[in-house]
Amino acid sequence: MSDPSSPVASPALSRRDALRAAVGLGVTVEFLGGRAFAAADGALASKKLVVIICRGGMDGLSVSPPVGDPNYAALRGAIALPGFDQPGGALALDHTFGLHPALTSVHALALKGQARIAPAVATPDRARSHFEAQDVLESGGTVVYGTSSGWLNRALQAMGPAGRVQAISIGATAPLLLRGKVEAASWAPGGAPERDHRLPGILQDLYAHDPVLSQALASGLSTESMARIASADANHALMADAPSPAMAAGAAQAQPAAAALARFNPRQGAEQARKLGATLAGLMIQPDGKQVAGVSFDGFDTHANQGAAQGQLANRLAYLDGFLDGLVTGLGPAWKDTVVVAATEFGRTAHVNGTAGTDHGTASTALVLGGGLKRGGIVGDWPTLQPAALFENRDTAPTLDMRGLFKGVLADHLGVDRRALDTLVFPDSAAVAPAAGIV
Amino acid sequence: MAIDRDLRAAIAVTRFGLGARAGEIEAARADPEGWLTGQVRPGGADQPQPGGPTAAQRFAEFRDYAQERREEKAEGGIQKGDKADPVRMAARLLRDDTGADFLARVQLAATTDAGFRERWALFWCNHFTVSATKLVTATLIGPFEQEAIRPNVFGRFQDLLIASSTHPAMLIYLDQAQSIGPDSLAAGRMARGGKAGGLNENLAREIMELHTVGVDAGYSQADVTEFARAMTGFSVGGPRMAPDQVGRFMFREAAHQPGARTIMGRRYGQDGQAQALAVMKDLAASPHTAHHLATKLAAHFVADDPPPALVERLKRNYLDTHGDLAALARTLVAAPEAWAPEARKFKTPYEFMVSGWRAAGTTPQDLKGVAPILNGMGQKVFSAPSPKGWPDETAIWCAPDAIIKRMAWSEGFAAGAVAGRDPSQLARDALGARLTPLVAQAVARAETRPEGLAILLMSPEFQRR
Repeated sequence: MSDPSSPVASPALSRRDALRAAVGLGVTVEFLGGRAFAAADGALASKKLVVIICRGGMDGLSVSPPVGDPNYAALRGAIALPGFDQPGGALALDHTFGLHPALTSVHALALKGQARIAPAVATPDRARSHFEAQDVLESGGTVVYGTSSGWLNRALQAMGPAGRVQAISIGATAPLLLRGKVEAASWAPGGAPERDHRLPGILQDLYAHDPVLSQALASGLSTESMARIASADANHALMADAPSPAMAAGAAQAQPAAAALARFNPRQGAEQARKLGATLAGLMIQPDGKQVAGVSFDGFDTHANQGAAQGQLANRLAYLDGFLDGLVTGLGPAWKDTVVVAATEFGRTAHVNGTAGTDHGTASTALVLGGGLKRGGIVGDWPTLQPAALFENRDTAPTLDMRGLFKGVLADHLGVDRRALDTLVFPDSAAVAPAAGIV
Repeated sequence: MAIDRDLRAAIAVTRFGLGARAGEIEAARADPEGWLTGQVRPGGADQPQPGGPTAAQRFAEFRDYAQERREEKAEGGIQKGDKADPVRMAARLLRDDTGADFLARVQLAATTDAGFRERWALFWCNHFTVSATKLVTATLIGPFEQEAIRPNVFGRFQDLLIASSTHPAMLIYLDQAQSIGPDSLAAGRMARGGKAGGLNENLAREIMELHTVGVDAGYSQADVTEFARAMTGFSVGGPRMAPDQVGRFMFREAAHQPGARTIMGRRYGQDGQAQALAVMKDLAASPHTAHHLATKLAAHFVADDPPPALVERLKRNYLDTHGDLAALARTLVAAPEAWAPEARKFKTPYEFMVSGWRAAGTTPQDLKGVAPILNGMGQKVFSAPSPKGWPDETAIWCAPDAIIKRMAWSEGFAAGAVAGRDPSQLARDALGARLTPLVAQAVARAETRPEGLAILLMSPEFQRR
């Protein structure tokens, strides 16, 4: 731990650099103005938290495949990941669990004790509906519509007077997670609304029997993607003589393209994600930067052809991995005071389905990362994939309440007290204990 | 039978109307045809609220503005970029007026319970297009629709035609106001004063070609010229007229070409404005006009390439009733060809956005969220590319760039409009029995509520009607 009273600033980034970068990114001056960093004091002043919502129901059994579980391979069939040390195999964490081969950066952190998995975590919601489950995940309630504000916003309230700890969401509209009494900034790459990268694909399917619409959409997308590649190239050229991390992040203007491009070129998608991560890091380590950030990624609803070491889900995980890598690198020395949690609204069926995908399930994997994590194995218990252990005979059974995971991070990393956690942040949750020993 | 009625209710609201608001398809279910014909009323279409100034007031304001502008120019010019410049401010106010007219019209469409009545009105607004190609016509479009079109859409076609052809907006837009008969008193005066002036055929030609008999009716250039001569004198009261005449229709006897005219084989010996009015009545009664209007209506409501039986049905009714537009609307509703299950019309951007607001139960409060989007999709506010009005063929609007822009708007709109509601329910409300299992499944499988609504808006079933 560094001296907690010293202001956090990036050695690589002067205020002028930050301002120039922000201008390039279309960030408003208001964003850079704001309060002096001294607003949050003591140990809290240096702490940072990033919460990533992976929308669509991220498949925990692919994020952290339990290749050592005797039932895994048979349940998963064609989408099972090969064992450790095999081509395209899982990246080993312990004897049972690995990480998806696309999560190389997460794996490198895990080897240093800076990333851990919670392999069977779930919200209290069991309806297997995206909308309901996301509401519950973000609101921190026990039922849908339980509250109209997000738990992360209420956590900010619990951390003291409004404005003491400031937050930002990435994306054109604020996710429920950060909505509420405490005003949170929001920022979208390039100032443009973030493109739902799934929509074009869904529409192509819907237009299968409408050749006129189908051709118009295909042609429009192809033109748009060419324009965006051109714009990404232009940004790349600009970067050549702008070595500071925040300047490099300037290229993230082209990020909306990243999602579209990720469909065709996973490596380029991950590269764009890396820039987005670096951009967020730059925004957080400014002298008056935000300490808390909410980010959401979509595209995890893999009902068909989800792939194994490569494919649809691998591309999304590569995107997530790239983002995390960019964030960690961009944070530099501030990484040691940062915790990142990536969670999803529910997991997916343990069985592969008839279209080489998986359907809506229950427990999934959450990733917990941070420069100052405590070493330890998995967070929570592993229920195993034995037939009798599956929830309702189909899903990974939950052994850890999602709220407990968040509570543990808020308590041990940001010092939110237990009473506030049990009442204000996660209402009526006294029975849910904070997961101990993470930070 | 019940299934058939469910589908008919959905077609009534989405094809004949402006798209369904929640509960609307259910309301139409008991009697889909009656739900439509109940919207036909002698008083005409609804008026956007607030109504705003009349054409005469707008015209007077514009003349004041133009006068000031001339004076300022004479005094040594306008400073570039000076926002406080009164002339620039006036120009901005006039533009704001136009924007307010458009927003009121859009709000009416987004909220009305009589979607068929409004669609019918919009059809005639487009049939008698006045486009914002000049600032003065821009400010007159709202009043034109309210004064000349909306009150007459369920009356006789000849009255609608005459109301349009004598409204200041149309007279200025198609250059009729300054058309002067070559042998008129006014022409003589001007010649002596060394000024040029003469016949302008623009409105006469468009009335024949676009508003009535159609380009294939067999008329000649001589017929157009003769009609233009008959119309000389149809003008607008200028700033030097008595206050109650400024900006209103006025027949300038002195500009009228004297003598009898022969148009499409018929002789018109009337004096003064009675002559052109007689021509218009004959044009309105022509079987060519019946055919032209029947074809255009069928193409607008049913299919780009409309069923000939439907066109024939409409044409016959038009002739039998001497152009009774209320009867024509009822005939359209009663025609079996208009209820074909397949949705063959592709929504224009205006229709698309209106139906989107209706599906989400929202109303735009600000032109900023409307005008740039419509412009981007190719349907600039009050600015049809020609007097022919906006086309409504699929091939025009279902273009690659426009679809990308529709998708972008749908995403952004859905993110703000879905407001915690279940997109599957919104889909059922918006499409009723027209909701296919494929679309229902895609909406239900959406990862987020906004995505679900965006899928609905972009579905073929929603984009077609």
